[in-house]
Amino acid sequence: MIAEIGHFALVLALMVAIVQGTLPMAGAATGNQRWMAIGNHAAMAQFLLCAVSFGCLTYAFVVSDFSVMNVVQNSHSAKPMLYKVSGVWGNHEGSMLLWVLIMAIFGAAVAAFGHYLPPGLKARALSVQALVAVGFYLFILMTSNPFERVFPPAANGQDLNPLLQDPGLAFHPPFLYLGYVGFSMAFSFAIAALIEGRVDAAWARWVRPWTLAAWAFLTIGIALGSWWAYYELGWGGFWFWDPVENASFMPWLVGTALLHSCIVVEKRDTMKAWTVFLAILAFSFSLLGTFLVRSGVLTSVHAFATDPERGVFILMLLIIVIGGSLALYAWRAPQLKSTGVFQPISREGALLLNNLLMGTATAVVLLGTLYPLFIDAISNGLDKISVGPPFFNAVFIPLMVPMMVAMAIGPLLPWKRADLGRALRTLWLAGLMGIACALWALWWQDGHSPWGIVGIAAAAWLAFGAMSELAERIKLFRVPFSDAMRRLINQPRASWGMTLAHFGLALTIAGVTGAGAWRVESVQTMAPGDTVTVGGYEYRFKGAQDFTGPNYLATAAVFDVYKEGDFVVTLKPEKRVYTVRNFPTTEAGIHTLLSGDLYATVGDAKGDGSYVTRIYFNPLVVWMWIGSGFMVLGAVISLSDRRYRVGAPKRSRMTAAAAQPAE
Amino acid sequence: MKMRQLLFALPLLGFLGIGAYLGIGLTMDPSKLPSMLEGKPVPAFDLQPLQGRDDIGFSNDHLKGEVSLVNVFGSWCVACRIEHPFLMQLKANDLVPIHGIDWRETDRLAGPAWLKRFGDPYTRVGDDPKSKAAIAFGVTGAPETFVVDQQGIIRYKFVGPLTPQIWAETLKPLIEHLRKEPLS
Repeated sequence: MIAEIGHFALVLALMVAIVQGTLPMAGAATGNQRWMAIGNHAAMAQFLLCAVSFGCLTYAFVVSDFSVMNVVQNSHSAKPMLYKVSGVWGNHEGSMLLWVLIMAIFGAAVAAFGHYLPPGLKARALSVQALVAVGFYLFILMTSNPFERVFPPAANGQDLNPLLQDPGLAFHPPFLYLGYVGFSMAFSFAIAALIEGRVDAAWARWVRPWTLAAWAFLTIGIALGSWWAYYELGWGGFWFWDPVENASFMPWLVGTALLHSCIVVEKRDTMKAWTVFLAILAFSFSLLGTFLVRSGVLTSVHAFATDPERGVFILMLLIIVIGGSLALYAWRAPQLKSTGVFQPISREGALLLNNLLMGTATAVVLLGTLYPLFIDAISNGLDKISVGPPFFNAVFIPLMVPMMVAMAIGPLLPWKRADLGRALRTLWLAGLMGIACALWALWWQDGHSPWGIVGIAAAAWLAFGAMSELAERIKLFRVPFSDAMRRLINQPRASWGMTLAHFGLALTIAGVTGAGAWRVESVQTMAPGDTVTVGGYEYRFKGAQDFTGPNYLATAAVFDVYKEGDFVVTLKPEKRVYTVRNFPTTEAGIHTLLSGDLYATVGDAKGDGSYVTRIYFNPLVVWMWIGSGFMVLGAVISLSDRRYRVGAPKRSRMTAAAAQPAE
Repeated sequence: MKMRQLLFALPLLGFLGIGAYLGIGLTMDPSKLPSMLEGKPVPAFDLQPLQGRDDIGFSNDHLKGEVSLVNVFGSWCVACRIEHPFLMQLKANDLVPIHGIDWRETDRLAGPAWLKRFGDPYTRVGDDPKSKAAIAFGVTGAPETFVVDQQGIIRYKFVGPLTPQIWAETLKPLIEHLRKEPLS
């Protein structure tokens, strides 16, 4: 019964979305206020219906209702409660339901908090949002119904893929989807603006917080995903340039570009058509990501649904949504006139450079992801190529280095026209620290991996550059200290956000560089009492023991780690076999230090009490997670900036000047 | 003005191109690509053994005399890890000899370490860092599995991780059928 209620609520949500997708749009075109107002109520109703539907599926998982096909296939009565709940979205049907729920949440948020929006823009944006949702409702109801019954009911379930039974991954998909779907808001505003034929500062001010929120969620989602890969796959790696990872990375790159170009539209009334294009693109990449994952067009571990029928449906959806919006863009965008002019060396120029580099990076990742498919299509399946990490590292790193060099300089340049030499003089400390850190890396790692040294230098340059810029802005050491502190406190939150996010990226890059360039790995067979030294730490193997978990059997090994004779920590890696699917997983034993992670995994028993063990030293990894945290914190602080809380329907000289040195 | 409008239409044109490619990509079932080599003899190849494994390498001569599987894998390949327990199961039940091609390892010790860690289901394994055999086999990605008959002729190619379902529905009947074929 509960499952039927969920199914019915979903059908009703589709109906409401159809109304929301048409009436407010028609109302905005004809000036009918009442039709336009329907958008608000419909968005709320859609949200409630989706929540009911999602709640019903969650209930079926929580009580292990094995008359529901989806629960049978993805749950098990012995599974811990956390994974019963995360099982709701740990499968294709449920994750699509989560997708529409999040879309409805965003729509409802616009309806609830969008008082300051011009009514026409709001009505149109809600309509566009609903039209996209209609496509997804149809997709769920026609090809992937999560409420399908099975008769007779199964005695027990087939369990969730054990790799997904993990706290990191339990929350990875919701955050990723919050990010993906969050870009649908920017998209809806972009389409609405194209229909209206007007993009102005108020528009940019509306799009930016949605983009920021989506970007923050996506950052969390990607970080959680890498973190999971890092400790669960047991290879000490965190990013594999897997097609599905790329699918989440591309919207992030475009979203980053969009965040920055919105600032230009808001402050300088230029780069409008480009910003609208990026808004369309960010969501298009989210959709493309969904297509790649859901259609099985690329074989990948993540692709837990490979079904051509669904693929065809999503491709149609993709063509209608992206093709339609780009056609609208081709028709309407030439009429968007920009007024602001600027010289190449200026804040606008720097932001444009950011956009170009982000755009190129996205194109490269897209090429690397789709290239195997292209070759396949051209040669009719005769010829195939796989593009791996070497390709991405070879093209991506050279793009990131100029990016980081420019990132430290950009915020120091004033709008319109700037003096590069003056900005560079402010960065003397950053330059010095960059060189110092490069020398330190050279000494610390005996000089192998030149890219590693470049990466560390760039990270130091950016980190100190971000701080120098802040110091410059508060006139540290040039005005009395108390004045500088007062200036510091009074900085707009958006500029705090920028400093934190840029600083966070520097830390992340340092972590990625350290772990990528200088990882130490050692594989050996160890009997109890054996020791091995990796990265300056001595690991003493104390032996291993078997035990039984709630739904798995495990072998837990114990290592005592010493540094120059002093005890550091005890690591307890596990090897588990999930009994229902007879599936082995690794739980790495990790001890995090600021200089790097001590990382141990245990493998097969040799029969004589010895085990295959794998021990890594992963330098600087923790900075990656700390850096991601800073980036998200920056976004959150920027989101709380005053100018997003008070609506700004009109752009005046005064407010523009007051908010001056922003992001 | 014309030029300017063309510029704004570029994204649409680009997307239509990508859409067409994706469409073509969809029509091809990623797991059952026809292999040009099906029905043809195994291409000539001769690979070095993996370090620390006591066999003498792997070449096309080893593929004659009995029905066997040739499995392309790599320690870098995530899907291979998913597939691996099933290969171990095949090995444990002694259902068919499985030979391995360890493809594109950058580190000579990575493949052996991987097999040590997760178990070694292979009868013979060749080390193929430069894709010599993989190119000859027309390998498209890992994992990939070929069914080779007694005469060393490739009879089937499967792309992606082997599963109990594929085994039961396709490979097992095919192997049983091939075993009954007379040696000519």
